[in-house]
Order: sequence, then C-alpha cells, then structure tokens
Amino acid sequence: MPEAVPETTASAAAKDTTGAAPAGKVSLGTGPGRLLVTLYGIFTVAAASRSIYQLIAQFDRAPLAYGLSAVSAVVYGFITFSLVRGGEGARRAAIVCCGLELLGVFGIGTWTLVDRAAFPDATVWSDYGMGYLFIPVILPVTGLIWLRRARAKAAA
Amino acid sequence: MIDALTIALGVAALALAVWCGLAAYRDQPTKDWHFIGMAVVSLLCIVQLVIAFVQLARGQSPDKGTALFVAYLLGAAACVPATGFMSLSERTRWGSATVAAGAVVLAVLEVRLFDIWGGGSA
Repeated sequence: MPEAVPETTASAAAKDTTGAAPAGKVSLGTGPGRLLVTLYGIFTVAAASRSIYQLIAQFDRAPLAYGLSAVSAVVYGFITFSLVRGGEGARRAAIVCCGLELLGVFGIGTWTLVDRAAFPDATVWSDYGMGYLFIPVILPVTGLIWLRRARAKAAA
Repeated sequence: MIDALTIALGVAALALAVWCGLAAYRDQPTKDWHFIGMAVVSLLCIVQLVIAFVQLARGQSPDKGTALFVAYLLGAAACVPATGFMSLSERTRWGSATVAAGAVVLAVLEVRLFDIWGGGSA
C-alpha cells in the first residue's frame, strides 16, 4: 500500500518530538490518529473502488447514487492525505472535510430515507451508513474530536 | 469457492480482532505472537486467493459478478498485512487497535465474499 512510505517518515518525526511539544508541525497520523488514518484509508479504497466499478459497469442504473459515492471517495481520500501530512494547514483542511463528511452522511442519509425513488441503488452514505456498520457516521465525529484535541495539544 | 475456508477465515479474523483488541485495552503494542497470528490469517487469505483463482480459471463464476468478487478478494488479502505494517510503525496501544480494526474489516469482507460467490450453493 502506498501509505506505508509517508507513514514511516511521519512516525520517525513523531519519535523525535515525543515528550516535547511538536516544533511547528502538528502530527495528526500518530497515536489514536493512526487508527483514524487506517479507517479513512480503508474507506477511501472501499468508496473509490465501489464507485469506479459502478460508474463503469452500471452507470445507467443509478447515476446519482454512484456519483455521490465518487464524491464521498474524494472526501475520504482528502482527509486521509491531510491526516498523513500533518501540520496546521492540513488540520484545518481536514476539519472542513470532516464537517463536509458529517453533513454528507446526514444529508444523504435523510435524502435516501425521504426519497427512495431517487436511489435505485445504495451509496456509501445511504441510510446514515447502515450498510457500513454506521462507521460513516462515527468516523467524522471521532475525526473532529481528534482534530480539536490535536490543536489543544499543539497550543499547550 | 470453499465455504468452509471462508467461514474459518471469518472466525479467525474475529479471533485476531479480539486478541489485538485485548492488547489495545491493556495498553500494549503488538508483539511477536500477534504478528504470528497475523501471518497465519494472512496465509489463509492467500490460500483463499489461490483457490478462488483456480475456481475462476476452471470456469466457475460468482453469482454477483467476477470483477466485484476479485476486488473483494484482493481487499481481503491486503487487509491484515497493511494494518500489520501500520502497527509496526506505531508501537503503542493504537497500533494494536489498528490491527483489530483491520481484522474486523476482514471478517466483514469474508461475509461479503460468501454472499458474492453465492455461499451454500457452491
């Protein structure tokens, strides 16, 4: 997996700054962040491969649902990248994306329940992510908590 | 595909998840024994991959599409090794939690593989 390379450099950087306040760069992909990176990475791969397959193989069946799956894949991908990169700018970008993700889950979740006819096939965010064990709801919430704590740590 | 192997792999993945989850709960990083466990589960995944490709080559086809099936197979095989490497570079309880999460995902993938192949009938 391509994540492996930046991971090791990120963890090496984290080791240097263990104990002391990270100098300049906030590390987002270590400690509990590592679990988040992994889950976001898995969801990026899952959403991306799902939407690519569906957009190619069966686009006519449910273009809206597959398009939205592709959007969610992009959002997941961006958050994964931001978490691995670290730093204040990436942290802010990740917060925006996690908010977007949360809005997406609730918006599309409600949309799929209200207007079933618009969605002949499911998206990653259908029914609030029920098909994915509700992880799509849990992930942005924990992500936002983690990103807030990362700022608190950097400020301390 | 062999249903028994899919089920065994699902159970093994859940066991690995519990084991590594316990390590995370006890605030421990993954240790040699955990890596042996991961190796066993990964090996089973590779066996599954080989058997599945042999079956596909023999002309059998999954109920819900070959492309979908192969994608899930590759995902399943990559799951535990990928999270294992993550835990190598994260020597805290969170490394263990990562492997546990990867193993849960593997268990879910096995259930999906069972469905996609048309479990019970082949």
